Amino acid sequence: MMSFVVEIFIALAIVIGGTFVLVGSLGLLKLPDLMSRLHGPSKATTLGVGGCLLASMLHFSKFNGDLSMHELLVTLFLFITAPVTAHFIALAHLHTHPHIKTECPLPKATVDGQPTKPFPRE
Amino acid sequence: MIDYALLFSFAAVAIALVINLWRLATGPTVMDRVLAGDTMVVNTIAIIILYGIQNNTTLYFESALLLAMFSFISTVAYCRFVLRGDVIE
Repeated sequence: MMSFVVEIFIALAIVIGGTFVLVGSLGLLKLPDLMSRLHGPSKATTLGVGGCLLASMLHFSKFNGDLSMHELLVTLFLFITAPVTAHFIALAHLHTHPHIKTECPLPKATVDGQPTKPFPRE
Repeated sequence: MIDYALLFSFAAVAIALVINLWRLATGPTVMDRVLAGDTMVVNTIAIIILYGIQNNTTLYFESALLLAMFSFISTVAYCRFVLRGDVIE
């Protein structure tokens, strides 16, 4: 009975992981420009791979009897590097398309009574 | 039940890889192609892990970890090349 419940969780994690990987790539295909397209791979695909790794962790802890740390290492590495990669790609895109800085709407918020700069990172 | 879930997930990741290949081939800008390549490596990690579940072996996790590291380093190198004109100054 317990094994069956664990199997249901593993299958659910695998299906959720595959679905999110597919959704992230669909976002990469359908969204209009690069700043929008960054969202798909950096969030949905990372979550999908996290689901697959969770399924693998459950499966091998059920199969071998002990919790393996390899999956946790891969998960941690992917979850740390995905935002860094997205940030670097956005910076490089802003570098090659400088007119985006002037076309973006200005933020309404103020810091200490002073209006915020249009693009703080020069 | 896990077998059917694995079949579905293999199909989903394969379709995702084809979509990424399309974006890699027809990306309007350079950074689109870098992003598509990075996403392809992440999807390859997913497919390696699913293959490991299917064959009941933990042999492939090291390759998944290596792919994750190389994808991060290569993407940062591409971005630094576009930003600075050089990878190591």
